[in-house]
Amino acid sequence: MAQAAAVAKPPAPPRRRRASATPRRLPYLLIAPAALLMLGFIAYPVLSVFYYSLRNHNPTKPWRNGFAGLDNFTRAFAHDPQFWDTLTFSAQWVVVEVGLQLLFGLALALIVNQTFVGRALGRALVFSPWAVSGVLTSAIWVLLYNSQTGITRYLADAGLGSYGTSWLSDTSTVFPAAIVADLWRGVPFFAILILADLQSVSRDLYEAAEVDGASRLQQFRHITLPHLKDAIVLSTLLRAVWEFNNVDLLYTLTGGGPAGETTTLPLYIANKSVDAHDFGYASALTTVAFVILLFCSIAYLRLSKFGGDSK
Amino acid sequence: MITEIAPAPERTAAEPARPGRRRRAWDEVPRWQIYLPLTVYLLFTLIPFYWILLFALRPAGSTSLVPWPMTFEHFEKVWTERSFGTYFANSVYVGLATLVLTTVVALAGGYALARFDFRLKRGFMLALLCSQFVPGALLLVPLFQIFAELRMINSLGSVIIAETVFQLPLSMILISGFIRNVPYSLEEAAWVDGCNRLTAFRIVVLPLLRPGLIAVGSFAFVHAWNHFLFALMFLSDQGKQTIPVGLNTLMSADSVDLGALAAGGIIAAVPVVIVFAFIQKWLITGFSAGAVKG
Repeated sequence: MAQAAAVAKPPAPPRRRRASATPRRLPYLLIAPAALLMLGFIAYPVLSVFYYSLRNHNPTKPWRNGFAGLDNFTRAFAHDPQFWDTLTFSAQWVVVEVGLQLLFGLALALIVNQTFVGRALGRALVFSPWAVSGVLTSAIWVLLYNSQTGITRYLADAGLGSYGTSWLSDTSTVFPAAIVADLWRGVPFFAILILADLQSVSRDLYEAAEVDGASRLQQFRHITLPHLKDAIVLSTLLRAVWEFNNVDLLYTLTGGGPAGETTTLPLYIANKSVDAHDFGYASALTTVAFVILLFCSIAYLRLSKFGGDSK
Repeated sequence: MITEIAPAPERTAAEPARPGRRRRAWDEVPRWQIYLPLTVYLLFTLIPFYWILLFALRPAGSTSLVPWPMTFEHFEKVWTERSFGTYFANSVYVGLATLVLTTVVALAGGYALARFDFRLKRGFMLALLCSQFVPGALLLVPLFQIFAELRMINSLGSVIIAETVFQLPLSMILISGFIRNVPYSLEEAAWVDGCNRLTAFRIVVLPLLRPGLIAVGSFAFVHAWNHFLFALMFLSDQGKQTIPVGLNTLMSADSVDLGALAAGGIIAAVPVVIVFAFIQKWLITGFSAGAVKG
């Protein structure tokens, strides 16, 4: 079958003649390791999640295991306010994080794209949190936010705020506190990608715009921004998916608390499957998360006219 | 100030030909508009780094804002008592194994995608792209079951495989892009000289791929080094755990030992900082060549 498939392109251009002297199976052999790994450890788990979403499956209550139809989904949408809470929080988290990361990343990229003394060092320092892990970010910000020895103590020394303030355990401050911590390591991602794309803008365009008397703001709006559009659309989408799915930071920084205030949908799913062993229900929630991500991604690409007229 | 702007002197010479225009407004950004926001942002970036360094280096209980007198007691403690020595070795092993496995498998697949037309190619590419949307975090339980069946729970192999699998799609797309940038005629010339395909690849293509492979390998290493969830789930034996799990254990203790946490954090950061310094110059060109432009 593999052979038949490879033969299906017979009239190879003359340039390819020598290539066809190698076995026709070669491309399949070359992708086989990757394909097998992805089938076994991505495709199969995904399918098993879909399968279990239609079943009751709980190792601690084996007598209830069995086909459940759409019960798990009904339970999520109709009877589980926590599902809605965590979904809303996830949406809020993704929108705020990605929006602010893009804004600051774009500004930073525009700044370090200028020519100035100390640019190389400035770039290196600005980008430095890029490779810091979620857990290490948490460790750093736990030290900063610590109520006894953290930054609030020194702010209080300076007359700002009061001693013993713990931003991470107060429901009114935990959201901005966590947002800032994640921004700290998230902004460099956008700054790097946008800077990479900025380097390919032709200088001639700016010069032509100047000849026509365009201000810097106008140049930014009519030259830079359209040029960056595809990169921005793609990186915001990838980042949004990543922010939605990523649990490292919130798991270690707040553990989803206080009082479940910062529990994202993936954290809730992890709680349901790992702690509550309610695997059927967790699978249904996972399926819902998949569908939401897929739907939002397609809608986003459509609405932004990705890869379309720009440039 | 304007003298430091390098490009194309002949254009500067041509400038007087357009009287009345502002000269190069884009390059004439006032310096304060660069240095002020940059300084503010750098404070935001660097204070957290300074803070963890401060806690790692000053004695326990000190409230000084400079790490003096300096002590390495926290490092000694976390390395031996909190087994960060073991975690470090495990993390290095997982990181390097993921790097090698990802690079080799992605290189083979990337070569096939770059150099052959075959029937399943489009479908395979689509699968690679779709897999970007599959969250590893949401597949924890089925993955756990698979590794349990393979009797790989509590073995570093499970984490290595899981990290590799989720690194593969992007690595393969990037590498196939790099290979496409190497002219096919170079390889064909080597065949004419009597090399077989593998030898031709090794002596002609591979050296040209080096910057790209270094970038892809470094990403794989950093991801595996940083990633937390798979190690947390698949490794319950304390002697098998990795640095991020160790950090989490320090953080979730009832009374957090801040000095030990800071020292552990520094240990976690060192290899990443080294890799980052090493690949930084490829980061921007590598991304613009491969990832965004496809």
